[in-house]
Amino acid sequence: MAGATAAPSAPAAPRFEPDRMRRKLAGTLFYGACLAAIAILILALIALLLNVLVSGVPWLSMDFLTGVSSRRPENAGIWPALIGSIQLAIIVAAITFPLGIGAAVYLAEYAPDNRITRLMQTNIGNLAGVPSIIYGIFGLAIFVRLLGLGPVLFSGAATLSLVILPLVIIASIEALKAVPQAQREGAYALGASRWQMVKGSVLPAAAPGIMTGIILAMARAIGEAAPLVVVGAATLVLTTPQPFEGGFTVLPIQIFNWAQRPQEAFQGLAAATIIVVLILIFLLNLLALVVRARLSRHIQW
Amino acid sequence: MPADLADVPVRDPSPNGTAPSIKITSMDDRRPVADAAPPPTVVEMRGVSLYYGPFRAVRDVDLTIARQRITSLIGPSGCGKTTLLRTMNRMNDLVPSFRMDGTVTLDGRDLFARDVDPVAVRRRVGMVFQKPNPFPKSIWENVAFGPKINGYKGNLDELVERSLRRAALWDDVKDKLKQSGMALSGGQQQRLCIARTIAVEPEVILMDEPCSALDPRSTLQIEELMAELKQEFTIVIVTHNMQQAARASDTTVFMTMGDDRAGYIVEEGDTVGIFTNPQHQLTEDYVSGRFG
Repeated sequence: MAGATAAPSAPAAPRFEPDRMRRKLAGTLFYGACLAAIAILILALIALLLNVLVSGVPWLSMDFLTGVSSRRPENAGIWPALIGSIQLAIIVAAITFPLGIGAAVYLAEYAPDNRITRLMQTNIGNLAGVPSIIYGIFGLAIFVRLLGLGPVLFSGAATLSLVILPLVIIASIEALKAVPQAQREGAYALGASRWQMVKGSVLPAAAPGIMTGIILAMARAIGEAAPLVVVGAATLVLTTPQPFEGGFTVLPIQIFNWAQRPQEAFQGLAAATIIVVLILIFLLNLLALVVRARLSRHIQW
Repeated sequence: MPADLADVPVRDPSPNGTAPSIKITSMDDRRPVADAAPPPTVVEMRGVSLYYGPFRAVRDVDLTIARQRITSLIGPSGCGKTTLLRTMNRMNDLVPSFRMDGTVTLDGRDLFARDVDPVAVRRRVGMVFQKPNPFPKSIWENVAFGPKINGYKGNLDELVERSLRRAALWDDVKDKLKQSGMALSGGQQQRLCIARTIAVEPEVILMDEPCSALDPRSTLQIEELMAELKQEFTIVIVTHNMQQAARASDTTVFMTMGDDRAGYIVEEGDTVGIFTNPQHQLTEDYVSGRFG
């Protein structure tokens, strides 16, 4: 209405047209740049995979999975490291799941939105960037020495939990904050207490995002070697590792151990172990996909 | 001008400007009977002023909400209708800077007394929101959530069915109770939210523009539903749609805001009176569409 009355007296606006050729060219260039970016990444990944597969596949066998380390490459296996990695993953999950979600729920749902809370969140973000070997030194001081657990699998798992907790907490906070405020109000309006609101409305809505964050962080934990070396993972373990006693090793340490040997055969064994780690991580990501689909079956924003 | 044009229903302004051009249907049965006893009061506000930090959003409200009636709050955007509504179930307590002067009572009890838990208030004063907000759970779980958290001991299946029937949703969803509440259409989602609200048997149902995200057909369904629910519940509805206030409510409260941007009540009365014979020039301008 206002426009209709103003139009006759207003000066005629200069006509303008887009430069169609330039616009089209810019669009094509942008598309090309994005395509190139993904192509470079895919090629690098394929090259890496091929390299590993070519040298590793000949060494893969049932005996390789169930055997123990040996000086003779044709007899060597990864059983202690494989079981060590799987146990480690389970313990890390058991520690990070309650601690990570608990801390995230506190920071996102309970803590007042003040400077201290923001400071805490920023610092958790910083912790995610601390080199993992620093966590190893901390783990050595606290779990191995102070708590007297010794250089056992559990000490390593606790240390790795500290490495990935910041990642889990940050991902969970993001997932919780992405839940619309209307979800919280909907629960409150039915007479829910804060705890009932969190449990009944916010957590189910944030669960897919939280689970994705946890499982991605788990993949990181499975691939870590440096902090475990500091905590005291052994390079040569000939028995199935126990959580609280005896030496332990994990697949990345086994890889490191074999990869630094000069003989060609041990390079092949390292590559074969890398394939096993990749399969483990692939399975974990598959699990993430399934869990996510299951948790989000009722969610449609 | 304080409000934007989007608030004003689009229609031809009447040339002489006096007669509201809203077609009011079947209002006669809602006209108050002269010698009938006044309906009992459920919610009463005395001298209520509402603040967000230093900003006074609503000032000096005196208002009574009658039992088993539909009361509509109308007025231009930003005049504090929703803030006033959210005071009745202490939803505003969730806003850290919120502050209130005056008293609000529910059945004579001070809602803001020290020993009153806002959680307990909200169980008795339910709320339906502008945008349907079903939980990310199954339809059944959506309705059962409220009773569960409030310690309902009876048969939940029966309660869920009864609530869905009362919300006129049962026939639409009875074969897919395990499916997501979020997969329903907008109108169905809103009726699901009404079903979950009445499942906890509140006394008062607050509705904050419940139809603004819905198509006309779903809007009409909700309005019909409100007329049904009024047999048992007291309903307070905020609406930008004056036809809706005229069609659906028994009492209308017209609010606007002063030069200090604080909202206040200009006029309240039975809906027929407000729309056909407003006492205040501001009300007349608003209901006739000349002022938004």
